[in-house]
Amino acid sequence: MTVAGRTVPPSLSSRPLYLAESETDMSTNTSKTTRRVTGQAAQRANLWGWFFTAPFAVVFVVFLIVPMVYAFYVSLYSYTQVRGTVFTGISNYARAFKDPIFLQGMGRVLLYTAVMVPIQIILALIFALIIDAMRTKFAAGSRLAIFLPYAVPGVIGALMWGFLYSKDMGPFASIFELFGMQAPAFLSPQGLFGSLVNVVTWQWTGYYMVIIYSALQSIPHELYESARIDGASELQIALRIKTPMVSSSLVMATIFALIGTLQFYTEPMVLRNNAQSVIPPEYTPNMYAYTLAFNYNQVNYSATVSFALGLIVVIISVIFMRITRKQSGLGE
Amino acid sequence: MNKTSRRAANTARTMTAQHIKTGSRVLPHLILVIAIIYFLAPVWWLLVAATKSNSGLFLGSAGPMWFDRTFALGDNLVQLSTYQSGIYWRWILNSFFYALVGGVGATTISVMAGYGFAKYKFKGRDVYFNIVLGALMIPATALVIPTFILMSNIGMTNTVWAVLLPSLLSPFGTYLMRIYCMSSLPDEMMEAARVDGAGELRTFLQISLPIMTPAITTVFLLSVVGCWNNFFLPQVVLSDPKLFPITVGLTQWQARSSAGSGAEQIWNLVTSGAFVSIVPLVISFLLLQRYWVGGLAAGAVKA
Repeated sequence: MTVAGRTVPPSLSSRPLYLAESETDMSTNTSKTTRRVTGQAAQRANLWGWFFTAPFAVVFVVFLIVPMVYAFYVSLYSYTQVRGTVFTGISNYARAFKDPIFLQGMGRVLLYTAVMVPIQIILALIFALIIDAMRTKFAAGSRLAIFLPYAVPGVIGALMWGFLYSKDMGPFASIFELFGMQAPAFLSPQGLFGSLVNVVTWQWTGYYMVIIYSALQSIPHELYESARIDGASELQIALRIKTPMVSSSLVMATIFALIGTLQFYTEPMVLRNNAQSVIPPEYTPNMYAYTLAFNYNQVNYSATVSFALGLIVVIISVIFMRITRKQSGLGE
Repeated sequence: MNKTSRRAANTARTMTAQHIKTGSRVLPHLILVIAIIYFLAPVWWLLVAATKSNSGLFLGSAGPMWFDRTFALGDNLVQLSTYQSGIYWRWILNSFFYALVGGVGATTISVMAGYGFAKYKFKGRDVYFNIVLGALMIPATALVIPTFILMSNIGMTNTVWAVLLPSLLSPFGTYLMRIYCMSSLPDEMMEAARVDGAGELRTFLQISLPIMTPAITTVFLLSVVGCWNNFFLPQVVLSDPKLFPITVGLTQWQARSSAGSGAEQIWNLVTSGAFVSIVPLVISFLLLQRYWVGGLAAGAVKA
C-alpha cells in the first residue's frame, strides 16, 4: 500500500485499521496448515512479539506506570513537622477539590480549552481546505509559513511574544499610533487571556493544519470530479465532502489540542517573567504543582494536584472520544 | 425572447459566473496572505531584534520591525560567546545532545515496538496495546513532579539521565509505527523471507526496516523536536546551569533581565540567543518538510 514513500489508505472508511486487523493478520499462517506448524507460528509470535516490544514495555513501566502509581501513593500521605509523614488517605484530594487556588487554576485551563481549541482547529481546517483546493506554489509556500512556528520551541515562542507585547520593544504601540489609537495593554489582567490564546494559536495552528491537510491529500480526487459535474461549488465540496472525510483527523487534532491545553504550563510560566503581578505562580494546575513542590516544599500535596490533573485530563479525553466515537473510530 | 437578448443574458450569466469565480479566488488568497503575515511577522521581528544592541532594542532608529542604524549582530554573537564564560554554546550543545540521543533512543524503541505490535500476534498483545493507546491521553506534564520526586529519592536529579531517560518514552511514535507497519509490510513478504530461511531479526533488519524508512524519519523528527522543546522536565530536574538545555537557559536570562537593572539587563543576548537557537531547527524543518506531511498522514488518516 505504499506509493513512493507515501502511505495510501487501504479504504476510505473512518474505521481504524487496527480494528480490522485481528481478522486478517496471521490468517495466512493458520489456514490450510497443520496444527504443529500453527503451534510453531504461535510460539514464534509470542517470542518475537515480546522481544520487539520489551524495550518499550520497560520504558513504559519505569517512566509512566511507576511515577503514576508513586504519585498516587505519595498523595495518600501528609507531612507535618510535629507528626512527620503519616497516612491520611484521600484527605489530600478532599483538600484539593475544596482548594480555591486549585479550582481557580482548573477553571482557567478549562476556559482556555473551551476558547483556544475551537479557534485553533477551525483556523487549521480553513487553512488546510484552502491550501488543498488551491494547489499552487503560493499555497505550498503558505503551508510552510503557517507550519513554521511549530519549529520554534514553545519557550522561545512565548519569549518572543513577550517582547512583541512589550510597550518599549514591540511593534504594536507604533502600529496602533498609525490609526490614532492606543495599543491595548496585552499583559494586563484584562488583556492577558487574549494574549495567551494568541501565543498558543500562533504556535500550534500550523501543526493541526498539517495533520488535517495530510488527511485531505489522501482523498481520491474522483470524488470531487463527480460532485463538480453535479454542479457543486468549491465551497460546497469543501464543507460537504472534504470536511466529513477528514473528521477522524479533526477529532485527533482536537484531542491533541485538548490534552495540550489542559496541561498549560510553558507559556504562562515564561510570560510571568514579563508580568509578575498579573500571572500568579499558581495560574494553572501544573504551575501550582510546581510551586507547591519547590516554593512551599509540600511534596505530598503537589503530587495530589498532579495526579488529580492527570485524572481530569483522562476523564475529559475519554468523554470527548465517546462523544465523537462515530467520527473518529477511536475507543470503540 | 429574441436572439440578442438571449445572448446578452448568456453573457451576463457567464460574467456572473466568472465574477463569482474571481471572488472565490480573491478571498482564499486574502486569507492566506493575512495568515502568512501573522505567522511570519514574529519570526521576522526576532531576526531584526537579533541584530540590535541593547539600546537599539528600545530606541531603534527604524522602529521594532526594521533594522537599526547600528548593525550589532556580530557584537551580540561575540557577547553571547563570552557572557558567563560562553555558557550559551554549552546550552546549545546540551540541547543537541538531549535531542539527538533522546531522539535516536525513543525512535529505536518505538520502531521496534510498533513492528512487534503490528506483525506478531503474541499473547497479551491486545490488552498491552490498549494500555498504550490509553497512555496517549495521560498528560506528560502531570508526570513531571512525580518523576522528580522519584529521581531525587535515588539521587538521579541534576544528571543528564534525568532528562534523557524519560524522553525515551513515546507512545505516539509507537502508535504511528504500528499503523505504518500494518499498512506497508504485507504478511506474505515476511512469510517469503521465512521460507527463504531468513531469521526474524534478519527479516526485520534487512527487509522491513528499509521499507519503514519514511515513517522512521517522521517518528525521529517528532522525537527530536519533542526533546528539543522540552522545558518543564529539565527545569524541574536540573539545577546545575552547565546541564541546562537552551530553553531553560534562555528563560533564566529573560527572568534576570526582567528583574535586574543595568548590566543585569541582557535583552540583546536573549533576543540574539533565541534567534540563533531556532536557526538549526528551522533549517532542518524546511529541508525535511515532506516527511512531516507524509508521516503525519499515516497517523491522521487512520487514527
